[in-house]
Amino acid sequence: MSKEIKFNEETLALVHKMMARYPEGKHKSALLPILHIAQAEFDGWLSPATMDYVASILKIQSIEVYEVASFYSMYNLKPVGKCLLEVCRTSSCWVRGAEDVVKHLEKRLGIKEGETTADGMFTIKTVECLGSCGSAPLLQCGASYHENLTFEKVDALIETYRAEGKRKSYTDLDYKNTL
Amino acid sequence: MGKKLLLEHINVPGIETLEVYRQKGGYASVEKALKTMTPNDVVEEVKKSGLRGRGGAGFPTGMKWSFLFKPEGVERYLVCNADESEPGTFKDRFLMEHIPHSLIEGMITSSFALGAKTSYIYIRGEYFYVARILEKAIDEAYAAGLLGKNILGTDFSHDCYVQVGAGAYICGEETALLESLEGKRGNPRIKPPFPAIAGLYGCPTVVNNVETIATVCPIINMGGEEYAKIGIGRSTGTKLISASGHINKPGTYEIELGLPVEEFIYSEEYCGGIINGNKLKAVVAGGSSVPVLPAHLILKTEKGEPRLMSYESLSEGGFVSGSMLGSGGFIVYDETTSIVKNLYTFARFYHHESCGQCSPCREGTGWMEKILHRIVEGHGKPSDIDLLWDIQRKIEGNTICPLGDAAAWPVASAIRHFRAEFEEYINHPEKIKDIKHYYSVHQLAGA
Repeated sequence: MSKEIKFNEETLALVHKMMARYPEGKHKSALLPILHIAQAEFDGWLSPATMDYVASILKIQSIEVYEVASFYSMYNLKPVGKCLLEVCRTSSCWVRGAEDVVKHLEKRLGIKEGETTADGMFTIKTVECLGSCGSAPLLQCGASYHENLTFEKVDALIETYRAEGKRKSYTDLDYKNTL
Repeated sequence: MGKKLLLEHINVPGIETLEVYRQKGGYASVEKALKTMTPNDVVEEVKKSGLRGRGGAGFPTGMKWSFLFKPEGVERYLVCNADESEPGTFKDRFLMEHIPHSLIEGMITSSFALGAKTSYIYIRGEYFYVARILEKAIDEAYAAGLLGKNILGTDFSHDCYVQVGAGAYICGEETALLESLEGKRGNPRIKPPFPAIAGLYGCPTVVNNVETIATVCPIINMGGEEYAKIGIGRSTGTKLISASGHINKPGTYEIELGLPVEEFIYSEEYCGGIINGNKLKAVVAGGSSVPVLPAHLILKTEKGEPRLMSYESLSEGGFVSGSMLGSGGFIVYDETTSIVKNLYTFARFYHHESCGQCSPCREGTGWMEKILHRIVEGHGKPSDIDLLWDIQRKIEGNTICPLGDAAAWPVASAIRHFRAEFEEYINHPEKIKDIKHYYSVHQLAGA
């Protein structure tokens, strides 16, 4: 049984606070931040039911949510692992070994880029410039940037995440993790 | 040491807090502007400073501000473009992460100048943790009476909010950013009307880059004329440069405009030279969108004069032999770099980031990626180079927003300056496996 798609009272209060940041009648502006919260709350992806729920909160058509969710890279329209490992691969990262990082992750986790481990723990994703070119190569997982990667750092990161066993979300309150 | 205006206190412990920031003279521009100046005075000082937009376009900020339409009874907005997504650029993140109050201070002073009661900082979604830092700084500012009603006991009231995006390079284009801020897809708008007339929610709006807004503080503190004495010619002031690639000391540097490129690359104060003592091959000086220049043209202009870090010098020679200062995303490539493969990473980027509204960009970026992919995989055809040239030429200037141009220019410049390398890939595919593509993580860790 999948859990009910409904924010708890605390989250709902936060969502309404966000909507109040915008002028009367312009609360649709809160759509992007609310989708981030919804993704974090409901298993790391935006199912049609989740998107419909967000539409009902904002009192907008479901299609207005779908068209936004499908436009932006950070919204997952399919389930992903608890830890979505997003490896940057654009120029500055590429010249400093981003392809090595991807290959190492693939070998270490026994999956290919775009796939999820059988235990549902990790998904490897390659992404475009994350704005950390001076600390290349790097990967993002949830709110954390892991920079100046080496194979050892990647291994340690996987161990830590596996031991924690927690889902990582962009909305996590942790600051930069320089592991 | 060059002049530092934005990063002067970067190494002061606790500079991210309001307390330490104020001890170091923070929020002086708010005090000065709100208590001793009129909004127009502030605009005039910014005009006199010669400040040009630090996001990439380099448009004079004071002029942009003076275009703002001010009808009675209509809200006006200041929106900060913190969507920093241009490959090679990370200076805004550095500033916001380490000295968040410099942006908040600039938002207040600039909003006073523009008569904006509300401002939004639109930050790229990947920088979620930076958004948290900004929100914390904003909370501190409210608690200290620097935001909210009757700031510092004056008549000026202002609210500032942070809005996160969700991963889309196109939202760095100001009208796409406004669409996104309204909760829509980031599709750029057809201009005119410009945001100064009809921007956020159809109201007059100014959109400025993070660094531009933060720079308003030292301008108000020292006066526009004093600020204009820093730098060189029409490139006044200092600029944050994000340095990356094959250099010994990647990072964010504040330079006085006019610094010789050679000094920037090789001096210990800045990039510290090329890794492993290798030779310089090429530089992308202002973010991925600007033309790549080979070593001899980045160090000296075609006329043989030293190339300087300024708007004018970097564009000297036009696109035939010059480039642009752009966002200040300075990517250095050493002699081992494959220009063709590097270009492929850019082409893939632009294809991924095209919003899809305009056919030349939507289709053209896909074709360029596909052709470059087959070239780097050893399946290129002799006609591919001319085909790439033809496609980029047909994208340039034929789209609603500059993403099309941004996708075209790297392709055009790579072919212009490194055509032989493309021919090598196409004529000798058997050699591709021997072409060194990039540094491995281990080679760098040992370096």
